[in-house]
Amino acid sequence: MRHVTSIRVGPIGFRVGSDFAAPIAALRELYADYPTPEIAHFTIRLPATAPWRRLVRPAVRIEGDYMLPETAPLPLAHGLLAAEMAMNLQVALGHRRHLLLHASCVERDGCALLMTGESGSGKSTLATLLGTRGWRFMGDEFVLIDPENGAAHAFPRAISLKNQAIGVIERACPDARFGPLLLGTPKGDIRHLVPPADAIARMDEPAHPALLLFPTFGLAREVRSVGAAEAFVRLTQASTNYTALGERGFRALTRLVDQVPARAIDYPDSEAAIEQVEELWRGL
Amino acid sequence: MSATRYRAPPADALLIHPLDDLYALYHRASGMTHLLASPAPELLELLAERALTRDELLRALIERFEVADADADLLTARLEELVTVGLVHVT
Repeated sequence: MRHVTSIRVGPIGFRVGSDFAAPIAALRELYADYPTPEIAHFTIRLPATAPWRRLVRPAVRIEGDYMLPETAPLPLAHGLLAAEMAMNLQVALGHRRHLLLHASCVERDGCALLMTGESGSGKSTLATLLGTRGWRFMGDEFVLIDPENGAAHAFPRAISLKNQAIGVIERACPDARFGPLLLGTPKGDIRHLVPPADAIARMDEPAHPALLLFPTFGLAREVRSVGAAEAFVRLTQASTNYTALGERGFRALTRLVDQVPARAIDYPDSEAAIEQVEELWRGL
Repeated sequence: MSATRYRAPPADALLIHPLDDLYALYHRASGMTHLLASPAPELLELLAERALTRDELLRALIERFEVADADADLLTARLEELVTVGLVHVT
């Protein structure tokens, strides 16, 4: 690959290469404050789909140590999304040191709030907003649970804002650093956001999970308790490597749902959700 | 003709963890996780010790776990489910 950069996000090192300069330059810009990894755990390649496609309707294929056969190429203009998708895929399929939960995570006083839900549940937006209100942002895609001691490790990659969340966060964080606006991608409109400085500076600090939250956006305000069995089932579905970890995954997940209270919240807007979170947190 | 006997894996082949009123079970041999309700864990415990016929199992269930409403047809249904998911074998 002609253009290459290396990035460390939490405990995971990536080496990303492309035939094109633009996606690598965009990654360097977005990840300028992140450390360079000593070891690249995963390699990602974003080659041109064919030699002539470097020039005519340029498009990138998403390749790496782990690949999905049905992944369609993306136009060069969406190269940053291609890099993000490839990074997520490597972690989702290849990472084995931790139990991976598809969740967002914030921390306060050494304790972690984990939020997981379907796409559109608002977990990214909530974590981003909480990150501006006295919480440390630990990630909006994956939280890494240590099978040895149950600690939550951060994976604070650039935040991937989608559709309406872009405007919400642009208004809430006018001074934040954003990537380019990517219009009409297969995932809708996307804009990346550099996490707050403390999220990057403290990304090697784990936290103790203290609350599991299952948010649902668009409904009247409500809170309900979630039992350990339901939380267990939901989290097996939210984990990309539970099966691959075998017994370690079972022990890590049963410990998590045993020790950490779980709540489901319905919320009509972000402000209501933040109030609900603060209220639940005070009641712990 | 001898009656069908059922056998479960030894206790150390399974990890069983209570979750509320249910039990999460990890089957080491298959790497599969199951979520079970009573009396499935009790059946597995009894059948881990030795192979039993359905009638022997029914008696053991009543004696050991004081299951007052144990029913032969329901027991057969539960056993068949456990056989289907590979946690109990017919010997």
